[in-house]
Amino acid sequence: MNSRRATGRRSRLMFREHIDGWIFALPWLLGFAIWTLGPMIASLIFAFTDYDMVTPPRWIGMGNLRELIRDPLIVHSLKVTTLYAVASVPLNICLGLILAMLLNSKIRGLRWYRTGYYLPSVLSGVAAALLWRWIFSPDFGLFNLVLSWFGIKGPAWLADERWALPALVIMSLWGVGGGMIIYLAGLQGIPTELYEAAEVDGAGLLAKTFHVTIPMMSPVIFYQLVMGVIGSLQVFTQGYIITAGGPHNATLFYMLHLYRNAFEYFRMGYASVMAWVLFFYILILTLFVFKSSAAWVYYEGQLRGGR
Amino acid sequence: MSISNPTQSARTQKRLRNPLHSKRMRGIMGAIIVHLVLLTGLVFILMPLAWSISTSLKEPGAVFTYPPEWIPRPVVWRNYIDAWTVLPFFRYLWNTTMITTFSIVGRLLACSLAAFAFSRLRWPGRDVLFFMMLSTMMLPSQVTLIPTFILFRKLGWVNTFLPLIIPKFFAEPFFTFLMRQFFMTIPIQMDEAARIDGCTNFSIFSKIIMPLSKPVFIAVAIFVFNANWNDFFAPLIYLHDSDKFTLALGLRAFQGQFGTEWNLMMAASNLVLLPVVLLFFFAQKYFMQGVVITGLKG
Repeated sequence: MNSRRATGRRSRLMFREHIDGWIFALPWLLGFAIWTLGPMIASLIFAFTDYDMVTPPRWIGMGNLRELIRDPLIVHSLKVTTLYAVASVPLNICLGLILAMLLNSKIRGLRWYRTGYYLPSVLSGVAAALLWRWIFSPDFGLFNLVLSWFGIKGPAWLADERWALPALVIMSLWGVGGGMIIYLAGLQGIPTELYEAAEVDGAGLLAKTFHVTIPMMSPVIFYQLVMGVIGSLQVFTQGYIITAGGPHNATLFYMLHLYRNAFEYFRMGYASVMAWVLFFYILILTLFVFKSSAAWVYYEGQLRGGR
Repeated sequence: MSISNPTQSARTQKRLRNPLHSKRMRGIMGAIIVHLVLLTGLVFILMPLAWSISTSLKEPGAVFTYPPEWIPRPVVWRNYIDAWTVLPFFRYLWNTTMITTFSIVGRLLACSLAAFAFSRLRWPGRDVLFFMMLSTMMLPSQVTLIPTFILFRKLGWVNTFLPLIIPKFFAEPFFTFLMRQFFMTIPIQMDEAARIDGCTNFSIFSKIIMPLSKPVFIAVAIFVFNANWNDFFAPLIYLHDSDKFTLALGLRAFQGQFGTEWNLMMAASNLVLLPVVLLFFFAQKYFMQGVVITGLKG
C-alpha cells in the first residue's frame, strides 16, 4: 500500500519534470521558432523574389542567382573578406598563443600584464573604429609616427588601395587579448607531469613547446580557428565606419555589400540570396577546417580511452 | 661513476665559474627577457588609448602638429564638456542604457530558464533539442537578418527600441550553453533532496540554482552589457530618428558633422569607452570566469 503510493508519487514527479522541462526550455524553443527557423524559411522564399518592401514580393525564380553570378562585386567582396580572414585569423592565433605562453610563466606583475593586454579586446565598435581611423592618418597619425622611429616612411594606409586592407588586419590585432585569455585558461589545464617527463627526456624549451604545449593546446587552437573564421567572414563595422569600403572597393567586405543591397538599395530578395551564399561559404570553410582537424587536433580522451 | 668524461667536467667547471651559466642566473635572465618583451608589447598595445586621451585634451590647432606632442599644452578639459553638449549626448546615453538594461534582464531570465531545463531536468527530447541548439550557434545571423527586419517593419516596430529589446527575452544559444555548463557543476543531490521536501522545480531553480550561480549570472550580464553597448549594426538598421540614436550611432553621426575636429571626436569616443573600461577593471574576475567556464571544461 505504502510502496504503491510511493511509486505513484514518483511517477507523478517524473511527469511533472517532463512538463517542466518543456516549460523551462520554452524561452529557447520559441526563440528558435521565431528568430531562427521561421526567418530561415522566409529567407529561402525571399531569395526567389524581387522585393523592395514597398510593392509586394514578385516571384522571379532563379533571377537573383543569375544576377549574383554576373555581379563582379560579389566575387570581389568574397575575395576581400577571405583575404582579411586568411591574414587576421592565423596572426591573431599565433600572437595570442605566444602571449599566453609568456604570461603563463611565473613572473611578477602578471595580473597587470594580463589586464593590459586584455583591455583593448573589450573595446570594440564605433569608438574604437574612430580611434583607429585617426591612428592610420597618413600625416598626423600615430602609426606612421611609430614607423618613423624605426626609419620607415609609412604609406597612406586607408587612402591607399594596397594598404587599406592590411591596415584593418593590423587593427584586428588590437583584440589579440581576447584569444590570449582563452589560451591562458587552456595552458593552465596542461598537467605539469608532461613537462617534467619531457625534461627527463632532455627536451629544451622549443621541444617542450612543440611536443607538449602545441599538441595539448590543439583543441583550443581549433576552437579559436573555427570561431575566428566564422567571425572574420562577417566583419562589417570596420569597413563601414573606417573606410566605407574604399578606396576603390579595396575594403568592400561581403557584409558591407550585403548591407548596401538590403538597406540602401532595398533589394531584399537579392540580399537574401547573398546571405545564403555567405552561409554556404562559411559552411564550406568550416567543414574544411573540421576535416583538416583530424590531422592535427589531438584529443586526450581519444588515445587514452581508445576510440 | 667516478670516471667522468673529462671534457664534460671541464665544461661544468667553466659553467660554475661564469655566473651567467648558473641555473639561477639563467632563470633571472629569462625573467628579464620575458619582462622586456611583455613590456614592449604592452606599450604598443596601450599606445592607441594614451594617444586618444592625449588628442582629446588638445586645442584644435595642436592636433595636427608634427611630430605630435604627447603632453597637450595647454590641457583643454573643456573638450569633454563640448563633446558632451554639442550633441544630445545625454539622450544617446539614456537610450543606450535603456536598451542595454532590458537586454541584460531579458538574456539572464531567458537563458537561465532554458539552461535549467537542459541541465537539471530530465525530459524526453532534451538531448536532441540541446544538440539542435548547439548547431544553431554556427548559423550566421545574416541568414535570418532580412526576414527579421521585414517582420519588425510589418509590426510597425522599426524606429522604436522594441526590435533591440524583445528578441533578448528569448534564450540565446551561447549564453544558455555557458549557464548550463555552470549549473552542471552544482551537485544534483541538492535538487533531489529539495524534491523530497516537496519543492517544485521552479523553487529549486530560484532558491537553489540561482543563488549558487551568481558568478555565471554576472559573467553573462557583463558579456551582454558589452555586446549591446558596443553594438552598431542593429541600431543602424532599426533606429532612424536622431533622438532615438544610441551612443554608437551618435558617434557615427558625429564623425560626419565634425570630421576634422579630432580632439572633440576623441573626447566623445573616450566618453563612450569609459563605462566599458571601468566595468572591465571592476569585474575582471568575472570576465575571466566566463572564459574559464566556456574553456570547454566538458
